[in-house]
Amino acid sequence: MSSTIISLPDQSTARVPKVNFLTKENGLLSWLLTGDHKRIAILYLISITFFFFIGGALAGLIRLELLTPQSDLMATDTYNKVFTMHGVVMIFLFLVPSVPATLGNFFIPMMIGAKDLALPKINLLSWYLYVVGGILVIYTMAAGGVDTGWTFTTPLSTHYINTNVMSTGMAVFIAGFSSIFTGLNFIVTLHKMRCPGMTWFRLPLFCWAHYAASILMVLGTPVLAIAVVLLALERTVGIGVFDPTKGGDPLLFQHLFWFYSHPAVYIMILPGMGVISETISTFSRKRVFGYTAVAFSSVAIAVFGFFVWAHHMFIMGISNYAVLVFSLLTMLVAVPSAIKIFNWTFTLYKGSITFETPMLYSFGFMGLFTIGGLTGVFLGTAGTDIHLTETYFIVAHFHFVMVGGMLMAFLAGIHFWWPKMTGRMYPEKISQLAAVVTFIGFNFTFFPQFILGMLGMPRRYAAYPQEFQVLNVFSTAGATILGVGYLLPVLYLTWSLKYGAIAGNNPWQATGLEWQTQSPPLTENFLVTPIMDHEAYDYEWLEQQQAKEVASVG
Amino acid sequence: MSDSPAVTHGAVAEAGDPHHGEHPSYQRHHFETVGQQADATNFAMWLFLLTEVMFFGGLFTAYLIYRNWYYPAFVVSSHQLDVRWGTLNTLVLILSSFTMAMGVWCSETRRKNGLTICLSLTFILGMCFLGIKTIEYHEKWEKHHIPGLHYSIQSFLDPAHDESASQYGDKPLALDMARHTELYFFLYFAMTGMHALHMIIGIAILGYMIFRARSGAYTNGHVTFVENFGLYWHFVDIVWIYLFALLYLISRHQ
Repeated sequence: MSSTIISLPDQSTARVPKVNFLTKENGLLSWLLTGDHKRIAILYLISITFFFFIGGALAGLIRLELLTPQSDLMATDTYNKVFTMHGVVMIFLFLVPSVPATLGNFFIPMMIGAKDLALPKINLLSWYLYVVGGILVIYTMAAGGVDTGWTFTTPLSTHYINTNVMSTGMAVFIAGFSSIFTGLNFIVTLHKMRCPGMTWFRLPLFCWAHYAASILMVLGTPVLAIAVVLLALERTVGIGVFDPTKGGDPLLFQHLFWFYSHPAVYIMILPGMGVISETISTFSRKRVFGYTAVAFSSVAIAVFGFFVWAHHMFIMGISNYAVLVFSLLTMLVAVPSAIKIFNWTFTLYKGSITFETPMLYSFGFMGLFTIGGLTGVFLGTAGTDIHLTETYFIVAHFHFVMVGGMLMAFLAGIHFWWPKMTGRMYPEKISQLAAVVTFIGFNFTFFPQFILGMLGMPRRYAAYPQEFQVLNVFSTAGATILGVGYLLPVLYLTWSLKYGAIAGNNPWQATGLEWQTQSPPLTENFLVTPIMDHEAYDYEWLEQQQAKEVASVG
Repeated sequence: MSDSPAVTHGAVAEAGDPHHGEHPSYQRHHFETVGQQADATNFAMWLFLLTEVMFFGGLFTAYLIYRNWYYPAFVVSSHQLDVRWGTLNTLVLILSSFTMAMGVWCSETRRKNGLTICLSLTFILGMCFLGIKTIEYHEKWEKHHIPGLHYSIQSFLDPAHDESASQYGDKPLALDMARHTELYFFLYFAMTGMHALHMIIGIAILGYMIFRARSGAYTNGHVTFVENFGLYWHFVDIVWIYLFALLYLISRHQ
């Protein structure tokens, strides 16, 4: 790692600009009533980090319980509650808002040269809805939890369980509206707020990915909302719509639920893919290979993503013909995902690659997401799915995509844009270490679960046969390493707020508009509305720009 | 959607900016022009209506599936609804859409009194709709047709002694099929109830708008709020048209 692209200003004279969005106003109220997309992004960042660690602690309890074959750490029904709360917290309160509500919120307006998102008040409202959803989840935990699994499967959730289904349902409903408003805001912003010269095909791919994810949020989430409302009515009044004794069909709930919750996994992964497009290009100093293909593959994932939901229900009694069609459509989603992976790889080809932390996380993403994606094809194949579904193979598969993919991308993005958000660099060496630790810990944790699943260990049980113990011990040991990997960034990023090196405008020599202004940015982002007169990822333009600056100073 | 003038952080700084003197007070700080602001908020409203379509879509899907499965039960159940009340309510809503559209026109042409009158009329018609809906719900309550609460299938087992059923000459249903009428009534209450909830929200916003319109808030060239609310109101109206067709009309002559 001798070569590096970091270009920091002279630290002895550099100062963080006095006027910026953080210092503009002070006091708690200036944050709680803000309309500034950057401040809302910071609010979101703090709250999702909080919930990530709650979810992480629950994951720790799960792994600790599975250290031994017997259920000895907690009672089996407690275990059910723990994995349910882990799922609810991680999916609805961390993964869905993770990149969009923090990095997307912060950088989409900056990337397109706008002063703010189109609807700042709606943006703030979405954060408040998120907080209300989060409080309801905490209430649920305090009141004794819920043990339906995050999927609320009927008729279990409506007829057979006496835990806090209602408050969890309400939390999901409200958090869902927070996600709808975020998505709606992004779509309007990307359509109506672009600066002069910023055509659709000059947008950074980060914006394209968010556009695709926003379509899913706007179209999918309302269906989840109505499914949860019906569930609540079924549970309280016994309306019969999911009750076979009254002529209803529990499977209808699954259809409505997965109509959102399958696209939801693309809501979670697409923004991550947007981050990777930015980091791969920046740290190879090359325009993303096949820009148009990568842009349209995001949209293709969003479109295909709506027509694959029934692959969650292959063993639940849908017709064989439906299985056939949904199996085929599921495999089609692999095509646009592969286009992305191949195009990133071609971007690396003959690029001037450097290995800063965001790049390490991005490499982690590419490897782990590829494994996660390919095992998804196994599960989309009806034959293997019947063997593998509801086993640890599923658990490993979606953790490879969600944790190996999305969380890696989230951390890549946080490190990449940290200098822009705070004006200070994170410490490079220890963060590279954290990236490597995360990667190692992750593989130790989740790779054994593929094998466990192949051998037939079912998911969602507190106890398991003796012969699975070795692999489970591996997995639990890996989880502790992973835990260290996630704790480190919190520590050194907090440290860097005060002691990090001054970053300057553009420490990475990146081309996006967000890097052409001060860090941390002004409240309205730019002094004058920028004019986009070059393509995205145009490193020659950047060089000329800098040559001009030097000339003028001289 | 964003009706109030810039109240956020940027407002103070902009006061000193000479360019901003030319802008009307209702332009938010982050838009370049009033046109861009109107465009963006309109587009946002259409997107929001799209989410509403998806929201109701789940209920319509359930209706479609169960109607196919339990066709006889759905036919006789729909005979229990009074098509005269339904028609009257449809007329009331269409009229309220007309007054709303006139309201938008008044706002565009800056007629303050006209706008107040139009919005008030829309408000009253909305209340009328809810009143009629209450009468209908009350009938269902009296006949024990509220699912989940002392639901009775007597009207379908013995249609000869039921006023509405005998009017259509319904044949008695087998016990099994008769029990599925509860699903129809559930869907009826869920769909019209969700619609009524949207009406209530709309009426509440109307009340707020009437209050603001009297002080001239929407007749100074700032039309988008009235316009976007109009879109919402028409959407709720259109949902009712579908509900009227599916719940009242579709099985009348079978």
